[in-house]
Amino acid sequence: MELLDFARGPALQAGFAVFVAGVLWRLLGVLLLPRMRELSPAREGAPTPLRGAVRTVVRRMWPRPEFVATTLFPTINSYVFHLGLAIVVFGLTPHILVIRDLTGLGWPGLPSDVVYMAGVITLVSLIGALVRRLTSPVLRLLSHAGDYVSWLMTFLPVLTGLMTTADLGARYETLLALHILSIAAFLIWFPFGKLMHAFLFAFSRGATGMRFSHRGVSV
Amino acid sequence: MNRSAAATPAFDKQGDLGDAARVDAAMRSFVREFGVTAALHMESCVRCGMCAEACHFHIVTGEAKYTPIYKLELFRRAYFREASPFAPLVRALGLVKKPSIADLERWQELIYDACTMCGRCTMVCPMGIDIAELVKEARHGMFKAGLIPERLALMDRTARQWGSPATPAEDLPDILAEVSAQHGVPIPCDLPRADVLVTAAPAELGDHTKALAAAAKILNRAGVSWTMHQGGFDASNIGFNNGDLQLQERLTRALVDTAVKVGAKTVLLPECGHAYGAARWEAGKWYGQAVPVRIVHMTEYLDELLASGRIRVKRIGDTATFHDPCQIVRRGGLESAARRVLAALGFDLIELKDHGLGGFCCGGGGGVVSNVRATPLRHKVFAMKRAQVEATGAKRFVTSCGQCRITLEQGAKHAHWDKHPESLLELVADNLEE
Repeated sequence: MELLDFARGPALQAGFAVFVAGVLWRLLGVLLLPRMRELSPAREGAPTPLRGAVRTVVRRMWPRPEFVATTLFPTINSYVFHLGLAIVVFGLTPHILVIRDLTGLGWPGLPSDVVYMAGVITLVSLIGALVRRLTSPVLRLLSHAGDYVSWLMTFLPVLTGLMTTADLGARYETLLALHILSIAAFLIWFPFGKLMHAFLFAFSRGATGMRFSHRGVSV
Repeated sequence: MNRSAAATPAFDKQGDLGDAARVDAAMRSFVREFGVTAALHMESCVRCGMCAEACHFHIVTGEAKYTPIYKLELFRRAYFREASPFAPLVRALGLVKKPSIADLERWQELIYDACTMCGRCTMVCPMGIDIAELVKEARHGMFKAGLIPERLALMDRTARQWGSPATPAEDLPDILAEVSAQHGVPIPCDLPRADVLVTAAPAELGDHTKALAAAAKILNRAGVSWTMHQGGFDASNIGFNNGDLQLQERLTRALVDTAVKVGAKTVLLPECGHAYGAARWEAGKWYGQAVPVRIVHMTEYLDELLASGRIRVKRIGDTATFHDPCQIVRRGGLESAARRVLAALGFDLIELKDHGLGGFCCGGGGGVVSNVRATPLRHKVFAMKRAQVEATGAKRFVTSCGQCRITLEQGAKHAHWDKHPESLLELVADNLEE
């Protein structure tokens, strides 16, 4: 079996299987834990818990005014690589074709130059995130090995994707195989590290939104 | 975090548990805290470090160890080893180290000395993690392990014996009689029936008796049927701060059960932040149902009395700035109530640069004001607050929490600062219209 066949076949299948099973296991393992009922009377005029949750999910898209200046770089940089990843994953025509094969859903792709540029910007932004993690005393103290693995698992598909598009460093089939393998690795790692925040963020923000909207606090 | 061998350890121990038993007690308690909300918050941290930018202790020292989420590192380890969906895998592969006794001892400083549970970090976290609540839950484990600052432990033992860290219940009638005589205002005690059970903060039974007299003056003027009672008089709830859940329950029940006993519909809490957190939002925990009385903070009660016209106040007309007590405003939702009372007093309010939900803590919440070991750290926080107050140019400096006031008074004294924080309650009492 050629490397590309392996990557497209068993590797990617294993990646998706671990991704789906792992995400479900972790989400359900948390969401099915006991929840203490809120027994204190709500502040007069408090929104429903669901409305309170949704408001906080939306509000935390951007820092409160008093925190904007001190958190500007990580906030902007996070937006850059999150949006960049979204453009690359969902905007490149070959990706859309793979998604259509898997789900039946498709949409028009973006011009390849635009996606390529987004990929380069994403790569630079991810390097910026890593430099911050390595140089900030706070982040150095907080970071675990898993944080660096998560970074690498995000970085490699972007790097190999760009190399494949630019036909850089090896023959196309080899680069494509490496790109697909890096995606499989990303999918396998996803449920175990902090990449899970892609799902967890809404629940985490929502739980705090429920707690504080009950008290009449807009968080 | 590294100390020389000669340095004094920044931790205290209570009881005679062995090291292994302390670790087990802490771990068992930590694990019991992980319901769905705490677990979601443990799971979703991306280690972005933004919470450091919100914490007054980190801002004034620049020390990375004061990053709020780092204060939960042992709690996090307990979660991932024992309670997370992948816990068996984490243990089998040894991916997360079990906290040791040395770790717990070291973290005592971070959990008690360097966290006021003010929740400013909660406001900045892009994942919405309520770090302050998690620190409170971590304190439950530290208390079980007998690893809290000795000063707080002493207050805990006193409150267990007396029902208050300030005075035994049997002394209450004498104290109230003395305050009554000193300020010329009747203070009912142990009435068999009343509509409102009025409670105090420990300082009001000692240094801040004027606040007690102020409450009495206002309630008498409004014609409220009220009493204080030996059965439940101190609302500060040292158990809430220390992590002593058993004491927290006992002190909360004392208030609510006494209110029910005298037929009161309302428990009126003093100008105390943590009293509000413990009673208003957590009392239901111990009853398993809605609490049978209404629990209100002094600030919202003053706001209601003014709005209904039961009391009226003279307009002072000065400029003033206001320190928002964290548990009452950021974690309690009473931001606008205090401002309406200030407006009724005719103050021209000049807000601090950071105010309302984003205001900085006084530096003494969560028991830090009583923890003498934390005094130097607290004074650094005070310097930041002082600078913000001075920048407003306001003549008066007002707050609505006695503990904040003590912290700020101590800071002012240490820094030889001539501005003194004033009590919103006392300002209302001093300016009542005839």
